[in-house]
Amino acid sequence: MVRDVSFGQYFPGKSLLHRIDPRAKLLCFIAFVVVIFFTFNYASLGLIVAAMVFLVAVSGIAPKFYFKSLKVILVVVLITSVLNLFYGSGEAIWEWWILRLTWNGIHRAVFVTVRIICLILASSCLTFTTSPTELTDALERLMKPLAKIHFPVHEIAMMMSLALRFVPTLLEETDKLMQAQKARGADMESGGFFKRVRSLIPILIPLFVSAFRRAYDIATAMECRCYRGGSGRTRMKILHMSARDIIAMIATALLIGGVIVCNLLLASVI
Amino acid sequence: MSAVLEVKNLSFVYGKGTPFEKKAVDNLSLSVEKGEFIGVIGHTGSGKSTLVQMLNGLIKPSEGQVLLDGRDIWSEPKKIRQVRFRVGMVFQYPEYQLFEDTVYKDIAFGAANKGLTGAALDAAVRGAARFTGLRDDLLEKSPFDLSGGEKRRAAIAGVMAMEPEVLILDEPTAGLDPMGREILLSQIVNYHKERGNTILLVSHSMEDIARVADRILVMNHARLHAFDTTERVFAQGASLDAIGLRVPQVTRIMQLLRQRGVDVPESILTVDEALSVLSALLKKEGKIW
Amino acid sequence: MSFISIENVFFSYDNIEDGKPVVNAVDGVSLSVEKGEFVAVIGHNGCGKSTLAKHLNAMLLPDSGKVYVDGDDTCDEEKTWDIRAKVGLVLQNPDNQLVASVVEEDVAFGPENLGVDPREIRERVDAALKAVGMYEYRLHAPYKLSGGQKQRIAIAGILAIQPQCIVLDEPTAMLDPLGREEVLSTLLRLNREMGMTVVLITHYMDEAVPADRVVVMDSGKVLLQGTPREVFSQVELLKKHRLDVPQAAELGFRLRGFGVPFDRVPLDEQECAEMLLEVLQ
Repeated sequence: MVRDVSFGQYFPGKSLLHRIDPRAKLLCFIAFVVVIFFTFNYASLGLIVAAMVFLVAVSGIAPKFYFKSLKVILVVVLITSVLNLFYGSGEAIWEWWILRLTWNGIHRAVFVTVRIICLILASSCLTFTTSPTELTDALERLMKPLAKIHFPVHEIAMMMSLALRFVPTLLEETDKLMQAQKARGADMESGGFFKRVRSLIPILIPLFVSAFRRAYDIATAMECRCYRGGSGRTRMKILHMSARDIIAMIATALLIGGVIVCNLLLASVI
Repeated sequence: MSAVLEVKNLSFVYGKGTPFEKKAVDNLSLSVEKGEFIGVIGHTGSGKSTLVQMLNGLIKPSEGQVLLDGRDIWSEPKKIRQVRFRVGMVFQYPEYQLFEDTVYKDIAFGAANKGLTGAALDAAVRGAARFTGLRDDLLEKSPFDLSGGEKRRAAIAGVMAMEPEVLILDEPTAGLDPMGREILLSQIVNYHKERGNTILLVSHSMEDIARVADRILVMNHARLHAFDTTERVFAQGASLDAIGLRVPQVTRIMQLLRQRGVDVPESILTVDEALSVLSALLKKEGKIW
Repeated sequence: MSFISIENVFFSYDNIEDGKPVVNAVDGVSLSVEKGEFVAVIGHNGCGKSTLAKHLNAMLLPDSGKVYVDGDDTCDEEKTWDIRAKVGLVLQNPDNQLVASVVEEDVAFGPENLGVDPREIRERVDAALKAVGMYEYRLHAPYKLSGGQKQRIAIAGILAIQPQCIVLDEPTAMLDPLGREEVLSTLLRLNREMGMTVVLITHYMDEAVPADRVVVMDSGKVLLQGTPREVFSQVELLKKHRLDVPQAAELGFRLRGFGVPFDRVPLDEQECAEMLLEVLQ
C-alpha cells in the first residue's frame, strides 16, 4: 500500500528534539548533513555515528520507525555499496572476472553505506520531531531577508505547507481510485512498459481533476478564514531561541570541530 | 434457490505483524441466494467495506474463503480479474473515477476490459445508460460536463455495463438530495427487477434499506451482528440502538406505542404500513369513521 | 435592523463543474437573520442555497439587491474582511478546508490571518477546540480523524475567528449518521449555550427540526419559511416539490386526513407517539 511509509511523517511529542526551536534544528540539520560527507577516517565516522545514535535515542520515537524509513532506501544502499566495493583503487586482494576487491573498495563501501544511513536517519529525525508547519515556518523565517529583494518567501512557505498537508490525503485518494478502476477490470499488473504506463491514465486523470477541485475548495476555505497573503499575519507559536537551542547549536559546532580535528590528525582511509 | 455467493470463516487483518494490527473482518460465514436484494448496514469502521471488497477479490482474505457459484474465487489468483466482472462493485462517490473523453467510452471501459466488442458492447453500454436514465445525447458529452447527479449515474452505469451477476453498491446515494436519492434508488430497484440479479446495497439510510431490501446484513465490530429478513432485523430496534444504528423514525414510533401497551406489529417499516395499521386500529376503537 | 439582512438579491454565475451558466441561481431573495437565531435553510441541490450562503460573508456579491451584515454593505470593499471576521463560513467537504498538518495549527490559521496577538491566539484555539469537544485531539494529524471530527475541527477553525454568526453549507452531506449527530449537537450547543447565531444549510429535513426557523428554498426563491412546526405542517407543498418531511410529521399529517383529531403536526417520534396515545385512550 502506498500509505505504508513512515519517511517524512511527523509524530507529535515532547522529547528534547521536539522542543528545540525549528530554526535551530534546521540549521543544525544542514550542518550535520554537510559534515556527514566530510568524514574521511573511522574516527570521524565514529563521531558521526555516535551523534546519530544519541539523536535517535533522545528523539523519543520508537526505533522501528527509523528502520521503516531505512527500508525504503535499502535497495539504493545495497547497490551503491556493492558498486563501491568493486571500484576501489589499489592492490587487489581478491579477483574474479571483472570483479576486483580492494581494501580501498571495502572502506569506500563502508563509508558510503554509513553515510547514506546517517543521512536518512538525520532526515527522519528532523521530520519525525518537527511538524511540517514548524518546518516551513522555520524556513520562512530563515529566508525572511530574501523578501527584501521581492523573493516570495511567504508564498513559497505556504505552498510547501499546503503540499505537505495534502500528501496523505492524495495518497489515500490514489489508493481508492486504484481499487475503483480495478473493480472495472483495469489491469495494472501485467503487460510491457507502455501498457503499464497507459494503465495509469484511469488513475492520473481523475487524480488531477480532483486535485484542481480541491485547490479551488481550499482557496475558498482560506479566504473564508480571512487569509489575504503574508502581510499582517501573526503566528500562534512564537519562535524564540532558548538556552536549549544555543546548546544544540554549540554541540553541533563541537561535532563539526571534532570531525575536522580527526581529519587533520589521522590519515584518510578513502 | 441456490447460493450465488458463499462466505466461509472469512477474516481480514490489517497491518498484520505490526503494532497497528486490526481485525477488520472476524470469522464471518454467510450465504447469499441468487436474485436477492440484500441491505448491508453497520457504522463506519464496522468492517462492511472490507467485507464487500473481499467479495469481488479486491482484497484478499487473511483467512477463509469466498465462493462464487460454488468455486473459491482465489483458487486461481491469476484469474481474479474475471471475478470482478462477475461481481460488480460501485464505490462511494463513484463519480470521481470518470476519466474518458466521452460518457459512452467511460461506461464502456469495464465492459471492454471484460472482452465485449462490437454490437454486444454497444448493447451493454446503452442498456446500462437506460437503467440509470442517461439520455442518448448525454453519451457523446465529456463526463466532466455532466451535473453531479448525472456523473454519479454514469459511473454506476459503467459497472452495470459489465453485466455482473452480483452488483455491490457502497452508499450509492451518499451526498445526494432527497429527490436524487429517490430517483437513483428506484432505478436500482428497476434494474434488479428487470435483470433479476443479486444486489448488495451498503447504506447508512435505514429508511432506504427498509424500502428495498429482502434481507439485511448487520455488521458490528468486524463481526456479523445479524443477517435476517428486514422485518425481523428491524423488530430488534433495541439491539440495533445498542450498536449505534437507528431504525427508521416510523418504526421507532410504532415501537414506542408497543412499549406503552398498544397492540401494533413490532416491525413497521414504512409510513404507508404504519398508516394502514393505525387507521384500522383507530376504526376498531371507534375514534375515526 | 437585523444582524444579516438580504434584500431582493439576484445572482447568476458559470458553474465550475461543467462551465454552464446558471441564470438566477438566486432569484430575488429577501431574508433576514437575527442575532442568536438558529436558522435552517433546506432545499434541493441547485436550489441556490449554497450560492446564497456565499453571499453572507462577501465571498459572492449580488448582481442586484443588497446584503447587509451588522449594518455593513457586503459590496463595500473596505468592509470585506470585517464581514468575514463576523460571519464564518464552514464548507461541505471537511478534507478541503483543513489547511495545516496539526489540528491546533489549523484552528490557529484564522486568527493568525487577522493578526491576533500570539498569546491570545493560543487562548482562542484552546477555547474553540473545547467548544467543539476536540481539545484532546489538538496535536493529532487531521487526515487520521473521522469525517465528523474533521468537520468539528473546521467549525473550531471558524470559532477561533470569534465571529458573531456561523454559516454552514451542507456540513453533514458527506458524513455518516454518527458524524452528522456529532456536528448537529455541536451546533445546537454553540447556539443554546454560547448564543452563537447559526445558519445551517442542509438537505436533511431532520436537521431542521430543532431550528428556531426553517427557510425552504426552491429554484432560487424562498418557497416557505416559519417555525419548524409551521413549515413541516405543509406536507403536501413540500411533497409536491419533492422535499422530504420527517416521517413523524408525515404520519401525523396523513392521520389527520383520516379524521384523527390532531391539533398539530408532530415533529419527532416521542411527540407522535404521545399524540397517538392520547387519541387512543
